[in-house]
Amino acid sequence: MTALATGTAGFLARFEGLRDQLPGARRPWLNALRADAAQAFAAAGFPSRRVEAWKYTDLAPIAQAGFAEPLTAVNGDVALPARIVPARAVFVDGRFRGDLSNLKDVPFRAGSLAQHLGETQGRLGALAGKGALDALNTMLFEDGLIVDVPEGVDGGVLELVNVAAPSERPFAFHPRHLIRLGRNARLTLIETTTGEAAAPYLHNPVSEIALAEGATLIHGRLQQEAASAFQLSAVHAELAQGATYDNFTLNAGARLARNEIHAALAGPGGACHMNGAQLLSDGQHADTTTFLDHAAPNCASRQTYKSVLAGRSRGVFQGKILVRQAAQKTDGYQMNQALLLGPEAEMDSKPQLEIYADDVKCSHGATVGELDAEQLFYLRARGIPESKAKAMLVEAFLHEAVETVADATLRDALMGAVDAWWTQQEGLAA
Amino acid sequence: MLKIEGLTAEVEGKPILNGVDLEVPQGEVHAIMGPNGSGKSTLSYVLAGREGYEVTGGAVTFRGQDLLAMEPEERAAAGVFLAFQYPVELPGVGNATFMRTALNAIRKSRGESELDAMQFLKLARQELKSLSMPEDMLKRGVNVGFSGGEKKRNEILQMALLRPALAILDETDSGLDIDALKIVADGVNALRSPESSTLVITHYQRLLNYIVPDRVHVLVQGRIVRSGGPELAKELEAQGYGAIQAAA
Repeated sequence: MTALATGTAGFLARFEGLRDQLPGARRPWLNALRADAAQAFAAAGFPSRRVEAWKYTDLAPIAQAGFAEPLTAVNGDVALPARIVPARAVFVDGRFRGDLSNLKDVPFRAGSLAQHLGETQGRLGALAGKGALDALNTMLFEDGLIVDVPEGVDGGVLELVNVAAPSERPFAFHPRHLIRLGRNARLTLIETTTGEAAAPYLHNPVSEIALAEGATLIHGRLQQEAASAFQLSAVHAELAQGATYDNFTLNAGARLARNEIHAALAGPGGACHMNGAQLLSDGQHADTTTFLDHAAPNCASRQTYKSVLAGRSRGVFQGKILVRQAAQKTDGYQMNQALLLGPEAEMDSKPQLEIYADDVKCSHGATVGELDAEQLFYLRARGIPESKAKAMLVEAFLHEAVETVADATLRDALMGAVDAWWTQQEGLAA
Repeated sequence: MLKIEGLTAEVEGKPILNGVDLEVPQGEVHAIMGPNGSGKSTLSYVLAGREGYEVTGGAVTFRGQDLLAMEPEERAAAGVFLAFQYPVELPGVGNATFMRTALNAIRKSRGESELDAMQFLKLARQELKSLSMPEDMLKRGVNVGFSGGEKKRNEILQMALLRPALAILDETDSGLDIDALKIVADGVNALRSPESSTLVITHYQRLLNYIVPDRVHVLVQGRIVRSGGPELAKELEAQGYGAIQAAA
């Protein structure tokens, strides 16, 4: 199989043309990292559907799109999503925009990765995966968010805003975010991705998240990309002893999205919650693929994923829980449920448990259903119009996943995004 | 108020109502009694507009409007309320949210202002008190984990809040012990007024000791076969449906 055949040529040519201009180009360690990544990407190519992990998601449209733009430095005005909290770091096409950000009262270091590359040797790339898409990101990243919350500090709530600027031509950007919380530190990070581009664009973010002993990160992600977008994202979190990682990913935008969430419970007593919702309209495809690595004893993991699928949309959930031999007393739970709003919607789900320890509690389940006619009639018989009644039942379906979110600010933001999605559905139906 | 003429309906192709004629004037309470399978629940669902209950003939006029041409929510807005025999559980929908949404939808259709959460709570608390319901029932999911009696009281609470012109009580007495039955009946009686009407659908006469009807109708095989005053209910209690069924 040649690189050309798998659609890598454009990206590799872009890398060759830009490698001397990419941030950190004068740092040998980073050059070597990028060169290795380029080699890995060239060798592997975009995964095809013959690869088991990509059975339900076809990347051919991305491989064929030809994103070959110069460096993405955009200085003009862009429309930003509504502010959720005062502290926010804004990235446009993957580049930090200090003029649009507000980090002055943030009690920890938060800013542009490109401006702090000197201190990331050994850290950058430590948690990212070996797959082609992570390699693509390493090869071409220009910037990203770097966060360091020191030991014992409660960082409050920080917004990470990623905007794709308007464009007539296809473009791609590959931000790399590095998040680190010290011992017993806390942070709520609310990540929003939006876009205005009419042309197809690829947003390929990779986040590396390291949580020290007892640290707690609540990580909300609202994916509201433009309808023309492809988003291929990966989160890699590593939890030390007693750390907590809560991820909630709300996937509403993009024509094709893949959310890979990897968490490794590396120290005893850690807790990981991965929850999310996929809200899809006609023509959209979203794939949530999780990997929970129980590598230490006495850890708990909870996953609740809900998909609401309208029109001819397709949702995918693949969830793997690995319980290594050392991970005795593991408590793992995974549930994924889909609500099909039309006869042409489709859901594929593949739970996978791989257990090598003998004293564990692990369960999983999956359901696919439609709106309950009896419930709908009950609401309507009380005077509630049909579309409002449906909205209430959809919200109720999502409730179980959203109520797990401990942070009220994030919960409100998520419910706001759900409402916005439903309003859009009604617009499409009208 | 309500006029049913020659109503026929079927469920899954099977005729259930075979020509129902009934008139409930404003301010009156009428009871429909009948054995199992006589079409009582079908009649209530047809009046409320449930899907799958196909009207094949006849007419229903409610306050001069063609009821059968209206969507379920339009019927509710026009003043029809069905207290369900089996109230539906709505996990994830808070009881207070549900009732406030319903009340505001109906108020909106009447051209009245919508109530905010505080205004609604104040109103709901008064009604809860008169139905001997604990306030935490508002916070729970709609009917989720409610006992049979709690579900029925929750129906009456909705009725008290929505103040319908026509309340249809479908087997509201089923599954209730005598104390719960009294509370429910008191709730219904408190809502009786010269402007509103009530249609009580029941298998047993027991409920009619507490909600005394102006007229009693007997439904057998999808038809009203006899009508009379409250004494007819007592006669049925004493003699059973056997004689009437045989005559029909």
